[in-house]
Amino acid sequence: MKDHNFTRRNFLQVAMSAAGGLAIGVHLPGTAFAEAHAGAGAEINAWLTIDPDNIVSIVTPQTEMGQGAFTAVPMMVAEELDIPWENVRRVFADANRHVNNDNLYVTTSTGGSRTVAGRHPYMMQAGASARERLRKAAADRWGVAIEDVVAKQGMLSAGDQSGTYGDFAADAAQVTLEEEPAIKEYGDWWLLGTDVKRLDVGLKTNGTATYPIDVTLDGMVYAAVASCPVPEGKLLSYDFEAIKDMPGVIAAVEMKQTKDVPAFTDMRSGVAVVAESWYQAKNALAAMPVEWDLGRGASISFESQTAEAMSLISKPGTLVLDEDGNIGKGLDTGVNQDAVPGMIEAAANDKLVVGEVYSRPFEAHATMMPPCAVADVKDDRVDIWSFTQDIGRSLSEVADELGRDTENVYLHQTFLGGGFGGGYNMYVHRQAAAISAEIGRPVKLIWSREEDVAQDSQRPPVWGTYKAVLGDDGLPTALVTHFVGEEKMPAFSQRGVANMHYQVPNRRHEYSAVQSHIPIGYHRAPGSNSTGFIVEQMADELAHAGGWDPLEWRLKMTEGNEPWQRVLTAMKEKSGWTTDLGSGRGMGCAVVDSHGTYAGCVATVEVSRRGEIYIDKLQYFINSGYVINPLNAREQAESSAIWELTHAFFGGLDIREGRVVNTNFDSYTMMTMPDTPPEIEIHLENSNDQWWGGLGEPTGPPTPPAVANAIFHATGTRVRTTPFAKASL
Amino acid sequence: MAITLNINGEDHELDVDPQMPLLWAIREKAGLTGTKFGCGIARCGACTVIVDGAAVRSCNTPVAAAAGKSIRTIEGVSENNDHPVQVAWQDLTVPQCGYCQSGQIMSAVALLEKSAEPTDREIDQAMAGNICRCGTYPRIRAAIHKAAELNKT
Repeated sequence: MKDHNFTRRNFLQVAMSAAGGLAIGVHLPGTAFAEAHAGAGAEINAWLTIDPDNIVSIVTPQTEMGQGAFTAVPMMVAEELDIPWENVRRVFADANRHVNNDNLYVTTSTGGSRTVAGRHPYMMQAGASARERLRKAAADRWGVAIEDVVAKQGMLSAGDQSGTYGDFAADAAQVTLEEEPAIKEYGDWWLLGTDVKRLDVGLKTNGTATYPIDVTLDGMVYAAVASCPVPEGKLLSYDFEAIKDMPGVIAAVEMKQTKDVPAFTDMRSGVAVVAESWYQAKNALAAMPVEWDLGRGASISFESQTAEAMSLISKPGTLVLDEDGNIGKGLDTGVNQDAVPGMIEAAANDKLVVGEVYSRPFEAHATMMPPCAVADVKDDRVDIWSFTQDIGRSLSEVADELGRDTENVYLHQTFLGGGFGGGYNMYVHRQAAAISAEIGRPVKLIWSREEDVAQDSQRPPVWGTYKAVLGDDGLPTALVTHFVGEEKMPAFSQRGVANMHYQVPNRRHEYSAVQSHIPIGYHRAPGSNSTGFIVEQMADELAHAGGWDPLEWRLKMTEGNEPWQRVLTAMKEKSGWTTDLGSGRGMGCAVVDSHGTYAGCVATVEVSRRGEIYIDKLQYFINSGYVINPLNAREQAESSAIWELTHAFFGGLDIREGRVVNTNFDSYTMMTMPDTPPEIEIHLENSNDQWWGGLGEPTGPPTPPAVANAIFHATGTRVRTTPFAKASL
Repeated sequence: MAITLNINGEDHELDVDPQMPLLWAIREKAGLTGTKFGCGIARCGACTVIVDGAAVRSCNTPVAAAAGKSIRTIEGVSENNDHPVQVAWQDLTVPQCGYCQSGQIMSAVALLEKSAEPTDREIDQAMAGNICRCGTYPRIRAAIHKAAELNKT
């Protein structure tokens, strides 16, 4: 029910204050959330409710998919509120309240490693604001000045008077502050910067954590779905009669594509089968005769795309893009791009380095939980649980799909079984809503793994090469690169290239694009994960050609860049760095920045005579500026590293006749326990005084090039593409 | 057709097709959703349960093959989330997204029941069928060793 008594303006105001910070106005009685918690406590602002027994419920608007948002957000609020951590209870945000109140929580989007790095100002502000209201409420009751009231660890005190936050919560909810407090700075923290175990760990050791796939409603039935196996293709017909007598089968529902070329959150043309059990739905769908118009993609294979890319890369490309994929803008201002081809042309043979072509293939997210959603569409209300990394946006998309008002759509947050960008590129909630609306019953839609890998919005392939001229000191004086990417997301083949941290005096970055019908999407450290592989092997080749140690070369080429110097110096001093480990063994390094974080990897590998690659050790050196939870930072660093290691060794989607053919874990294989390096060391090398970098992704990108560079030092052979498992060494 | 499944010591009489995969009987019919669907072809381990002491992929085990046997799921590992494997998992903050962890824990429980102090090689063999996309393998390995330690005390 919508409450008409509050005004949106005083509900949550986010505005630049005179001091330049974010100010949040917070007096909000009588909201839907407060009603739902009536009697349980006082909502001081939309982010937190304090119970009489001093338990504080803190809202997390971001999705919890393993990255730790569900702990990080409460930590940031609790830091400012100053409440013992054991008094904190976490709750998911109400997406309906968010969407229908001018984006109450600013954003529910979850990605780009930004939950802490980008959003701490207003999240910490919410806690600070609540703390000041509590102090004001105590000051008023005790008849003392607010300056005399101390708020610490859930207690308010002034002289010999004291009380808990819970004692003053109801009063505090009525307080309006004349001025919002500033948030704390590094050095004043008591909770941020300490190791805090994630709050959801226990729920995930006994099966009680609820994911969308676990939601069960009365009268619920199950659906399996197939979009056209060649993306962009359209459903022509299906024969429900042929399967209607199969066990448990209830209905077939057409999935109607509303746009000619769907974006990755639009419904794609397809058909769903509904049955009493999911396995019955899946079997019946597989048995149902379906005709497709396969569209333009039917003649495209990964082989044909590779041939096109190789042809493009042998010719000059379009001029430089910046990291956002904009032609001719920005990052190389002042550099004489046009002179570079002449310098390459004029270079003496012994000063010219000509790179071969490096590449990465398509990769799928293949989250352990396949896309799924539960929808219950009624005349006056819609309830939905879904695989999404943005609950607010997905709620609005369901409203759009059904032609409903967002006020009557309730998207309930659950845990996600992985995200990695896959939950950004999603339309399963639209499908589930459409099916439930059609059959008039609650439905649980689950994609088969094959549907997931085939219909995922994939990480795009990239191809890249370079030419460089070396000066008398062996360092490059001129550099031209040429990267070929997928047309829909140019940034994914330029990020980390156009803005590379090696400042060659004369440089030019060219770009070309292959066309593709394959949907493209965000994928853990997008762009950096592919371009880093190429740039960092290029760096190694240039160092080698110029007679430089690869780590010394990187130190030299980033002179004056403090964050990189800090990381590289630590790598040199702490990794036991050497390029001389004897035959068959090697160390390699790589450094890639992404999401505002500088991450270096040193890999130690062994290559057997039969060409088997063993990783003895991976060492990471990370500078994210600040870090609020070193324990979770380490966990995420390990996770991102293994993510990329998996793709480097095992990944690669094969596309034939327009469709992904390796769509399950028997053919799209994944790293498991026996393949895991015995040692992964994480060194946090934070400078703690400059900036906030993200930590959900940055150790991925330097991993494959560090391993490839180590393989070179072990064998003398360059591995220029992934998966390494197919390399001949 | 009525089939009786003994899950976590309790008999469930289920009216199901004998060819129905055990996974769906456990999730949809018995209502125990801790066991997860991941691939449907026994290649990811998310659906792992213990049948008569052995770790089994329930997604491609017909329900008829499990009738009359003792089936253990994540919900049956302990009453209070305090089995040594669960405690070790919590102490070393193993789960991230958590989706694969029911299967990982069931594989680890089955391993430790066969081998009280498994070597790294035994861990590799027992856990090779369980995929974790969050890459928690190093922590899983450490947690299995820790659970073995906890079992001794």
